[in-house]
Amino acid sequence: MRRPPIHGLLAEFDDVNDLVRAVRTARAAGFRRLDAYTPFPVEELSHAMGVRPSRLPLLVLLGGVGGGLAGYLLQWWTAVVAYPINVGGRPLHSWPAFVVPTFETTVLGAAIAAVLGMLALNGLPMPYHPVFNVPRFALSSRDRFFLCIEATDPLFDREGTRRFLERLVPRHVSEVEH
Amino acid sequence: MTPERRAPAQAPLIGPGHTLGTVTDRIAAVVLTAPTPRAWWVGFAVGFALLLVLLDAVAYLLLRGVGIWGVNIPVGWGFAIINFVWWIGIGHAGTLISAILLLLRQAWRQSINRFAEAMTLFAVACAGLYPVLHLGRPWLAYWLFPYPNTMGLWPNFRSPLIWDVFAVSTYATVSVLFWFVGLIPDLATLRDRSPSRIGRAVYGILAMGWRGSVRHWERYETASLLLAGLATPLVVSVHTVVSLDFAISIVPGWHTTIFPPYFVAGAIYGGFAMVLTLAIPLRRIYGLEDFVTMRHLDYMGRVLLATGLIVAYGYTMEAFVAWYSGSPFEAHMMLDRFGGRYAPLYWSLLLCNVVIPQALWFQRTRASVPALFAIAMSINVGMWLERFIIVVTSLHEDFLPSAWGMYYPTVWDWATFFGTIGLFTTLFLLFIRFLPMISIFEMRTLLPEAEVKEELA
Amino acid sequence: MTSAAAPIDLTALRARLAGRGGRALWRSLDELAESPAFLELLHEELPQHAAALARSVDRRQFLKLMAASLGLAGLAACARPPEDKIVPYVKQPEELVLGEPLFYATAVPLGGFAVGVLAESHEGRPTKLEGNPTHPASLGAIDPPTQATLLGLYDPERSQTITSAGKIQTWSGFLAAVRAALDAQRPRGGAGLHVLTETVTSPTLHAQLRALLAEFPQATWHQWEPAGRDAARAGALRAFGAPVETRYDLARADVVLALDADLFATGPSRLRYAREIAGRRRPGPGMSRLYAVESMPTTTGAVADHRLALAAADVEGFTRTVAAELGLAVAAAPAVAVAPHHAWVRALVDDLRAHRGACAVVPGEHQPPAVHALAHAINDALGNGGRTVIHTDAVEAAPTDQAASLRALVAAMRAGAVEVLLILGGNPVYAAPADLDFAGALGKVALRVHLSLHQDETSELCHWHLNAAHVLEAWSDARAHDGTVTILQPLIAPLYGGRSAHEVLAALTGPERPGHDVVREHWQGVHSGGGDFEAFWRRALNDGVVPDTALAPRTVALRPGWDVPTPAAPAAGLELVFRPDPYLIDGRFANNGWLQELPRPITKLTWDNAALLAPATAERLGVANGDVVEVAVGGRSAHAPVWVVPGHALDSVTVHLGYGRRRGGALATGVGFDAYALRTADAPSIARGAALRPTGRRHAFACTQDHQSMEGRALVRAATLAEWRAHPDFAHAFEETPPRDRTLYPPHAYEGYAWGMAIDLGACIGCNACALACQAENNVAVVGKEEVARGHEMHWLRVDRYFAGDLDAPAILHQPVPCMQCENAPCEVVCPVNATNHDGEGLNVMVYNRCVGTRYCSNNCPYKVRRFNFYLYSDWTTETLKMARNPDVTVRSRGVMEKCTYCVQRINRARIHAEEAGRRIADGELVTACQQACPTEAIVFGDVNDPTSRVARLKADPRNYALLGELNTRPRTTYLAAVRNPNPALAAEQRS
Repeated sequence: MRRPPIHGLLAEFDDVNDLVRAVRTARAAGFRRLDAYTPFPVEELSHAMGVRPSRLPLLVLLGGVGGGLAGYLLQWWTAVVAYPINVGGRPLHSWPAFVVPTFETTVLGAAIAAVLGMLALNGLPMPYHPVFNVPRFALSSRDRFFLCIEATDPLFDREGTRRFLERLVPRHVSEVEH
Repeated sequence: MTPERRAPAQAPLIGPGHTLGTVTDRIAAVVLTAPTPRAWWVGFAVGFALLLVLLDAVAYLLLRGVGIWGVNIPVGWGFAIINFVWWIGIGHAGTLISAILLLLRQAWRQSINRFAEAMTLFAVACAGLYPVLHLGRPWLAYWLFPYPNTMGLWPNFRSPLIWDVFAVSTYATVSVLFWFVGLIPDLATLRDRSPSRIGRAVYGILAMGWRGSVRHWERYETASLLLAGLATPLVVSVHTVVSLDFAISIVPGWHTTIFPPYFVAGAIYGGFAMVLTLAIPLRRIYGLEDFVTMRHLDYMGRVLLATGLIVAYGYTMEAFVAWYSGSPFEAHMMLDRFGGRYAPLYWSLLLCNVVIPQALWFQRTRASVPALFAIAMSINVGMWLERFIIVVTSLHEDFLPSAWGMYYPTVWDWATFFGTIGLFTTLFLLFIRFLPMISIFEMRTLLPEAEVKEELA
Repeated sequence: MTSAAAPIDLTALRARLAGRGGRALWRSLDELAESPAFLELLHEELPQHAAALARSVDRRQFLKLMAASLGLAGLAACARPPEDKIVPYVKQPEELVLGEPLFYATAVPLGGFAVGVLAESHEGRPTKLEGNPTHPASLGAIDPPTQATLLGLYDPERSQTITSAGKIQTWSGFLAAVRAALDAQRPRGGAGLHVLTETVTSPTLHAQLRALLAEFPQATWHQWEPAGRDAARAGALRAFGAPVETRYDLARADVVLALDADLFATGPSRLRYAREIAGRRRPGPGMSRLYAVESMPTTTGAVADHRLALAAADVEGFTRTVAAELGLAVAAAPAVAVAPHHAWVRALVDDLRAHRGACAVVPGEHQPPAVHALAHAINDALGNGGRTVIHTDAVEAAPTDQAASLRALVAAMRAGAVEVLLILGGNPVYAAPADLDFAGALGKVALRVHLSLHQDETSELCHWHLNAAHVLEAWSDARAHDGTVTILQPLIAPLYGGRSAHEVLAALTGPERPGHDVVREHWQGVHSGGGDFEAFWRRALNDGVVPDTALAPRTVALRPGWDVPTPAAPAAGLELVFRPDPYLIDGRFANNGWLQELPRPITKLTWDNAALLAPATAERLGVANGDVVEVAVGGRSAHAPVWVVPGHALDSVTVHLGYGRRRGGALATGVGFDAYALRTADAPSIARGAALRPTGRRHAFACTQDHQSMEGRALVRAATLAEWRAHPDFAHAFEETPPRDRTLYPPHAYEGYAWGMAIDLGACIGCNACALACQAENNVAVVGKEEVARGHEMHWLRVDRYFAGDLDAPAILHQPVPCMQCENAPCEVVCPVNATNHDGEGLNVMVYNRCVGTRYCSNNCPYKVRRFNFYLYSDWTTETLKMARNPDVTVRSRGVMEKCTYCVQRINRARIHAEEAGRRIADGELVTACQQACPTEAIVFGDVNDPTSRVARLKADPRNYALLGELNTRPRTTYLAAVRNPNPALAAEQRS
């Protein structure tokens, strides 16, 4: 479809409750392509926006299992196959000793999966995003709360949506350039 | 009335009259706008000087060999390992505060976890130096890693030292990740508030385009929880492995099953003492009494008391088992600690770690900043002595009396030790100068205005 | 470890010991004192650091010395660099296979008497000396000084040129000068010509000297040896009217009485005696009994069944008492300290009587002639002559009263009668009796020539110094204790063009001739009897002994008036006993790093001598270990640090000669104190009326076992013969070794060879020959005094010494401790890089180039036998020292761990030879260096999988036990518990 002239409309609120209310109303009004920005995590918002629970835990599980397997196999292979020598009369496959490094590699794999997974799912690093074109958006990392209805939303209408937002008594509504 | 005069336990976690804005500005200002306090410069000068001492000591070490230290046969390990264990133990409190207390939903942690984590990183950095430097041939330290090589050789995974390599490197990696993830939203704040173009650029790059979207926060919170869940068993495992360096051996005084729990408790003990040692001056110098309140200090005092008692139990069991085992070697080891040539150090250890901290039973002690600081220092010393006793007295008189000997640290041992303290100070001061020492976004959540009203919830 | 400041309260110690029952075992004194002193050390910690900083500077300096620990690198620069081009031989010398060592038989004379050796030569470099089994004075064993002469060959500080007045001169220049002087002498028959040599047994040298004297009838030949045997010679003269040589066949003696005789460390037969005594120490019916009466505890006293500590001067009285008890008509014994030991004497006498003809009374060489005469009389009365006591003609070429000889020389010099003095070897300026003032008299001699290995105190005062050829560089010959001659053949061309006494003497009067011709021609003359000389010569060289040169036993008769009591000296004050140092002897080896660093048998001191005295004496004088005292006797005095020796005789002070050198090498000088300064011609070994005065100064010793105690642990296990008979497995009374099957893991199977070692503690005399052999074989570095004091010594094999029981008369136990080669090696499991692990034959191998130096293995080694290169201890720069190394053993670098390998290089050589021949390695074909050197055959190595091997049989002996077996380390090295044979009549006296 044709690229809309702007990215969307951005409403600024003073209070977290106003934002939550606004999101609810917007969703009720049928808007779906919207996003809210807050200076700290707000659980209620996720519910209000119907954000699906993330797939991150699955990634972490895979990372952990992978790390663990890799760790144990490395030890078994080096001690039994690649470099089999008699160390202090212990058997080549001294599994009790191999447990410790295995645990560590498990944790390592899982932790790396968690961080990289989070960044990837969040699409970070993201060098450019239109909302930053609104100067006041800088306050979103201080004490303001923003709701952005994006132009790609089927119900989006530059004038109508602005009026819709005005009704939510925001502090300010501004257009977000691409 | 001010929090100081209220009973600490009931005082709020954050001073009165603060809003999202003030919290943000207050903490960000330390990094962005406020003039650097003189105390910072003094501390940095001292720290950096000691860092140069470290470089000197290390250069001479590489030039001449590990013989410049006091180590010998029978005491093959000396300051290097003592300091390694001491530093790594200190590191643990940071992880504990950020991970375990997060899982336990201890809100009060939020004003101290950031610099506690930083402390962890720098302590681990200091600790990490020692195992490398104490090698006879430090330039071959990489041989401890399992990498394919033309010699067709592989490390010995039965050796606790290899476990160490895995545990400590994993611990360092996870700590860095955890710490950095925690920083991202605050980096975004600094990006948006930095007056200088360079600041904006640098913080901007580090923030990686964070914009506090609801979806970001959703995944972010999940990731933090998972990391906390991973870091918790990790921190326990790391000091367990460190304790196995000793417990796996057959040396009387090392070969003990009590070591893992006793080491972990000791690590938390020493770590929290160090957190207090850092927090008390910081809140004063940067006027952060509103964020690191008496209630925080009180809680940390309680943690010290609890872990201190576990450690005391460890000491008791060591003595008991030495007697109960009926092994002449164990018995001699213990008697040597009580009345042998290193006995004065052993008794000072008990004084610093067991006797003095009992003052924490009293509310008035926990409410007195100087008292807390003094006790924290005593524990820092005590934990160092504990490691000295464990490493040296066990080795210097073991099985064959014909091989007994004494260990005396040389000036180079001391230089290296104070050198790493310099390294730590330098890194830590740079951290509080360029990064928010308190987690801004987590502080925000402590404010009443961050509450979402019931009918909306 | 230097000992602590506070003097030790010995009364308290006694009280404590009294408290302990049974075989109470205690640490050496400082530790026994338990703590007060040592706590102080703790507080000294900070000063210590300050010191360490200061030291780190001298340590740098010191390390240079130690890089020269076997010598100073700088000096080697003047040496003609050894040619070591990396090209194969263009013309392969016959018999030489690259990589295969060749062994040549030769001998090393000490005090004139030869010990036969086999010199190992790698591509023309002698690298090790081993005993020559066919030589009567060696029987295959070798003692530390003899072994260490090898290092002397490569000593970079050896004199490398002829000098005159400090300037380098030429040989021809010297000849011109000396020949001129001799020509001047000729008309007067050489009245002004004097030659001073050490004891001469060399037939060739003797012939040359006779020739010289024939040419210069008026010339005089003096002999003098600082640690000489004047007393024995004089004793023989008194007893038999002839300077007969007396030796003892201790293998046939059921009872042996050592009268202050250090059987195993001094005298020409030391190695043989050790072997013979040890041969009778194995428990069983044939076990002999050894009584020792001595002032300073020696290895002899340590193994004796009964040891009596008696002042050296009282030994004569003791001997008289014994003689009288045996019914000899002797001058009455002065009422001496013998009285309290009457029961002891009585039991001894009964024992001797009961073994007429099968016992031996052996006097110490430094005891006065009267004691030797008495011993001869007693042996005669007991009918030992011809049985256990063998007399022969003198072995010395020209037996002389050397003290008198030297006195005469000094008198002549002072009278200006000496115009030309040739000093062939020896260092009289340093070692001559102080009262003679040799140096002063020397100044009056017009032409002084000195032939020596080092630029020493004597060279300094001579017009001409000739750099001598080392014993391994020159042709010569020498006799053993029984007269057997060995032809000394050089192993290498003189490194610095040095000359032997033979060559110098030859050149003085005749044309220059190589030593080879001189020696060979002499023997050609002797051999002129008949037969093929070439065959004789080759045979003699090959075997290391000249056949039928042993002197025949002769019967001698006691001559009347033999008993001349030694004039009673002023008994006031202490007695001062001069003894040659066990390893430096008279000081000739002072620049030898191996010997300097080898712990002395009883004291375990390195790099030092000391005023050795009894605990009670120290208590009375209020001195403790490390206190520097002023020793004064006969108006002379010297400053010496005190070292307290349990078991030392009361009111007696022993000092070792050979230290306090002023010149002669960086290692020799400034170490220890010069005891010669107190020694006079009249009292060469025992001086009365000495006094000790504390100076308040302290001295830091480097003692390898100051901190040592058995702590009631069953480390060295011992029993009496009776106990052994009752319980042959007494050694296992303490046993706690867990059964093999008590383990989670399946045990490793060792097919093929399984190397193991058994060490017989009953046989070990603690002489340290094994330790030095190990050092020579395995290129073990010398680290120097300061490093030893810091616990950095490198010896792979150490001999532990434990005291047991009574402080004044303790039992002294020895235990050699090499790597135990544990099957469940604790060291291996903890090595992160697999640098130490097990091979298929059960060796605990150390991979130097894989080691990163965590030192975890050493921490986890319960025997603490691993050694670490804290610095770059091996000398990588000095060329001559490189030549001394065993090419089959890696020279370790800085930062790596090292330890005993069971001489794996020898195992591999034996394996190669066996596989070439398509057979197994035969038992006994393969010996470790320590085993090879051991004079008492206490160490046995072999394949424990072969039930017929000696080691397997010894391990089956019920006496066999594992050290710290309860740790389940499964050591391959095990010990045979010692069994002593005390006189039942003295059971009361027995400790334990």
